[in-house]
Formats: sequence, structure tokens, C-alpha cells
Amino acid sequence: MSDPMKIRATLQGDTADVRILMLHPMETGQRRDAKGELVPLHFIQSVLITHNGKTVLDAQWSQAVSRNPFLGLRIKGAKAGDKISVTWVDNKGEKRTDEAAVTAS
Amino acid sequence: MNIVRRSFLKLAGSVGALAAFGAASLLRSAGAWAAWNKAGFESKAFADALKNLGVANPVESRDIAITAPDIAENGAVVPVAVTSKIPGTEQISIIAEKNPFPLAATFDVGNGGEGYVSTRIKMGQTSDIWAVVKAGGKFFTAKKEIKITVGGCG
Repeated sequence: MSDPMKIRATLQGDTADVRILMLHPMETGQRRDAKGELVPLHFIQSVLITHNGKTVLDAQWSQAVSRNPFLGLRIKGAKAGDKISVTWVDNKGEKRTDEAAVTAS
Repeated sequence: MNIVRRSFLKLAGSVGALAAFGAASLLRSAGAWAAWNKAGFESKAFADALKNLGVANPVESRDIAITAPDIAENGAVVPVAVTSKIPGTEQISIIAEKNPFPLAATFDVGNGGEGYVSTRIKMGQTSDIWAVVKAGGKFFTAKKEIKITVGGCG
């Protein structure tokens, strides 16, 4: 099981500023380990972010996204207490979902 | 006798409800995910990546801002943010022209999700970063050169 994401959603006016930090190795398939063997590809392919159940961002990624990916987005028309849910799926089929509530700044 | 039967029914009912809920959430998530653009992400040439994104007749736009450093010392972590002020922005893609696989990420926005994304990508060498925005079925682009001191692919 992977580690939990860090999600922070703060309200600025009527827009929620959402910052997400995922913990994932994001292996490119080009890096070699200590024995000189290629580390196989392992990266997050899709990230789905919902605001009160509605999809606001649907991301598709390649291995070019950095290790422990950061994702920032803004959601218009948000209110304090709104539910933000983030789900990622990687190329090995592992997935993780975490939720957070929008907080007033 | 009667009590045993009651509790059995109760248990069966809750298991059934749980199974139904599981199936429903599975179906919903399967429907919500956009298909991963395999052809686009496996393109090795910049032109092919654009083609596999379905980009046709892109127009350079000043309404797209790329926020990124001019010089990044560590190519493994290059912060890139894209802001699109084009009305009806549906999709933002980030492409590093000289990466082994140029297309880094595609973001579909909607339902109040604004034309803004911020992330961190790896870059193998000094290169132009392209932001490709899809709005109203048309494509708009902007680019910015980022100099890399140490590549971040290996």
C-alpha cells in the first residue's frame, strides 16, 4: 500500500487553491540501480480530481513527471467545507484515493 | 429459530447492499477516467507527440502563460505552471521538446476547474517547453526555453 497524499485546499475568494503532493517513485525505465540493471517503468498514469463528486481535473501523465509528484489546480465556485477527492492509478494498476475539505484562508 | 432467521436476513441484506455499492463505484470510476493516450505518451519525436494529441493548425497565443525558471539546475525537478486565459479551455498539455518522450502530461479541466495547472517535470536537457491548450475544438500554443544544468532522465 502506498503512502497517503498530502492535500491542501484553501479558499481565496470563490476559488479554491488546491495543492496535492503524491508519494510515488515515478521510475522512467532509464535509471540503473546499484547493480547496473535498469529499474523498470513505474509511474502514475492517471489522476482524477473531483469537487463534491464532479470531475474538475482529469490528468494523464507520462514518466516525465517528477518523483513524488506535485499538482496544483484552482477550482472556481468552491466553498469552505467542500469535498476534494484525489485518485491516482499507476502503470502497475496500483491506486490510491485521498480526500480533503476546502478550508477558509 | 425466528431470531436466527432475522439476523441471517439482515446480514444477507447488508452484504448485498455493499456489493451493489462496490459495483456502482467501480462503474463510475471506469466511466470517469479518460483513456490514457498511449500513442501520444510513447511518441519519441515532438511532431509525432503533437499529432497523437490530435493537434491541428495550432495558433500561438499570448493568453497562455508558462511559469517556469529560465535556468533549472536539477533537470529531475523542474517546476512548470501553465495558466490559460483562453475562454472555454478544456485541455492543457505540457511537452518538453527534447525529452526522450516529449509529451509529459495532459490535463482535462472542467466543472469549475480553471485553466491553470502546476506541476514538476523531468527534463533531459536544455529545451523548449510547450504548453498546448485546447479550447472550443481549437489548439493554442506557447513556449518557453528552460536551460538545464544537470539532466534528470537517468
